[in-house]
Amino acid sequence: MKSAVIVFPGSNCDRDAAVALERASGRAPEMVWHKDGRLPDGVDLVMLPGGFSYGDYLRCGAMAGASPIADAIRAHAGRGGYVLAVCNGFQVATEIGLLPGALLRNASLNFVCRPQPLRVASNSVFTARFGGVREVSFPIAHHEGNYFADPETLDRLEGEGRVAFRYLGNPNGSARDIAGIMSENGRVLGMMPHPERAIGGQEGGEDGQLLFDSLMSAA
Amino acid sequence: MRAIVHVSLKPGVLDPQGRAVADALGRLGFDTVREARVGKTIELDLADGLSAEAAEAQVKAMCEKLLANPVIERFRVEIA
Repeated sequence: MKSAVIVFPGSNCDRDAAVALERASGRAPEMVWHKDGRLPDGVDLVMLPGGFSYGDYLRCGAMAGASPIADAIRAHAGRGGYVLAVCNGFQVATEIGLLPGALLRNASLNFVCRPQPLRVASNSVFTARFGGVREVSFPIAHHEGNYFADPETLDRLEGEGRVAFRYLGNPNGSARDIAGIMSENGRVLGMMPHPERAIGGQEGGEDGQLLFDSLMSAA
Repeated sequence: MRAIVHVSLKPGVLDPQGRAVADALGRLGFDTVREARVGKTIELDLADGLSAEAAEAQVKAMCEKLLANPVIERFRVEIA
């Protein structure tokens, strides 16, 4: 699988994302600067990394919608490409219209940074390798992770099996404990927790590796 | 020509920042505050020669495209 990591000014999980993708696929991803305006040919997976793109100016993820790379990301998703959008990447994905809803300030007003238990809430290309494992732990680190959508949208997401992960012990006030959601075609996943920080090594656990392994076997 | 855009969270969208402000005001003795909602103001300096109607239409389009997120926010435009 050929992957690309979008690097916005203020992204800070782009290198973690690259390490995780290379470990899972055996192939280093292309690092695409937001001003490049286009994706390399033949990219199967675009990863929108965590961080503080454009300094979180205006709203988290908002400025990315006007970035030179935004149209290329939308076109990639539009032709059925895979997108993994983590943390600030999830905020970007909602702002550029890849996923419904929005991420509000955490209900506690606190920045939360800790290992977070999650329930795998549906079967998807992102979770195929979890092999029946229903509870995982990924690190979270965010201030605006409080998922919001109107009740009709939430009902639709749940009804269509598009809730990918739910929090066990809601850390931020997210509607219906939603930690991650997928697009209608199941190929775009946005989530606040960080699977790329849970790929083995000295911290973070290794549950995230399963997500990357799942993706790699999808393409 | 200037435009002033007021952006605020929609009614019903939890505003924890506003709640904290209201709590703090209460602690300072301002016990008349029932609720606070925090928003933002964006001032735009626009090119001359636009009619007020055209300016308002343009700024509304800016709000829908970038300045506000219609999922969670509402906006009001003042042309001055």
